[in-house]
Amino acid sequence: MIEEQFASGESFVHHLDPRMKIITAFIYAVVVALSSGFPALLAALAVSLVLITLARLSMRKVLYRLVVVNGLILFLWIFLPFTYQGEAWFTLGPLHATREGIAFAIQITVKCNAILLALIALLATTPIVTLGHAMGRLRVPDILIQLFLFTYRYIHVIFQEYDRLRNAMKARGFVPRTNTHTYRSYAYLVGMLLVRSYDRAERIHKAMLCRGFRGKYHTLSQFSVTRGDVAYFMVMVSVILGMVLIQWKAIR
Amino acid sequence: MEGNTLIINLKDISFSYAPDTPVLDKLSFHLHRGERIGLVGPNGSGKTTFFYLVMGLLRPSSGTIEVFGKQVQAEKDFRDVRKRIGLLFQDADDQLFSPTVLEDVAFGPLNLGKSPQEARDIAMATLTKLGLLGFEDRITYRLSGGEKRLVSLATVLAMDPEVLLLDEPTNGLDEDTEEKITDILKGLSLSCIFISHNLDFLSKTTDRIYAMANGKIFLDEALVPHSHIHTHKFGRLPHEHKS
Repeated sequence: MIEEQFASGESFVHHLDPRMKIITAFIYAVVVALSSGFPALLAALAVSLVLITLARLSMRKVLYRLVVVNGLILFLWIFLPFTYQGEAWFTLGPLHATREGIAFAIQITVKCNAILLALIALLATTPIVTLGHAMGRLRVPDILIQLFLFTYRYIHVIFQEYDRLRNAMKARGFVPRTNTHTYRSYAYLVGMLLVRSYDRAERIHKAMLCRGFRGKYHTLSQFSVTRGDVAYFMVMVSVILGMVLIQWKAIR
Repeated sequence: MEGNTLIINLKDISFSYAPDTPVLDKLSFHLHRGERIGLVGPNGSGKTTFFYLVMGLLRPSSGTIEVFGKQVQAEKDFRDVRKRIGLLFQDADDQLFSPTVLEDVAFGPLNLGKSPQEARDIAMATLTKLGLLGFEDRITYRLSGGEKRLVSLATVLAMDPEVLLLDEPTNGLDEDTEEKITDILKGLSLSCIFISHNLDFLSKTTDRIYAMANGKIFLDEALVPHSHIHTHKFGRLPHEHKS
């Protein structure tokens, strides 16, 4: 269901302390998202490429993910150049593409790809469970972590339930068409899924109570910071500061 | 004499999910220390409800529940009950909610206040005892049905309960896994109640079989296990077999 394609590996990045990865990825993403100058954004893209290379991931799979996200960005390229106020660069019938619009579209594209690559390199290389525990150590509220881990655990069960119901429908000759019968059947399917998920949640809660659950989620994992982690953290923070400096100079 | 060996004592318990259709109707039941009881009964006869009431997951509309000699009523009372009685749920997917096996087995001990290291040791010891060594890092949702059931059992046993309540432990298992569970349960010296439709399994693991009907629990004399246990209609009446 959720395949953690990048989570297993033996690279330097895979072995970093997950807390360091979360903190640096967060700061990095915020800085890149707020940057607007091209020098800073190109620097960010370069940093992300270095991180991806260090993580030694399958380039084919990484590219595939990028294609999926850039498919959405493509829509921006269709609309932004023609709707953004500014100096006309070329004309297509009644439409004027502006220099500013194109620059803005490039900016967004570079930003998105830089952030995405960094997140793949830093977060996708950590198993989801470890990520949850690391967030716990970083004092993220318990309730958010529980939501995160439970979603991961039960999305699979709910999907299986959906599959079972759909197969049962198919087995009785159901073929989706454009008619009320189809809409009604799908509404029943979704409704039944909701009811079942609710019931299951109740039973899970009961099972947890039976094992002494009282609202506090304890974890087994213990993390330790190595010299490599510290070195990585220092370098990454310096790089991010450098990017901030470049951006700051550009707007001054 | 009865007082100190009586573990579970239910008196005149009534319960219903919907008005006018009582599931349990003035049910009384005792479990003494060391007793191993099988519980049979048709679907919807209230077997699971009976377990939920003992664990305090549902509250009876009338009647009293005494566990370990103390009357239990409020959520607070049942917290102690849950530390000493282990309940295995019918659907292992309800029980296994942690991403990995080790974490799930350690969940109970952690809740009991053990340190992460102690909990890890207990979990590993329990897994070893059930022949599940090497499963600790497996992802719970990717286990097979039989593996899920065994791991669920481990999560209950890791809390070191005095009483074991199992809800259809052999349901949907292949013969090998069923045999494995049977062997594990035979080797435990706990008081227990097993709900099952599998009379062969009950005859191997319990001393006495009760039947549930009309919201009450009866000792079913016809189902006292003996060497050639079998079941069919009207089996309660005296009869002979031709072959």
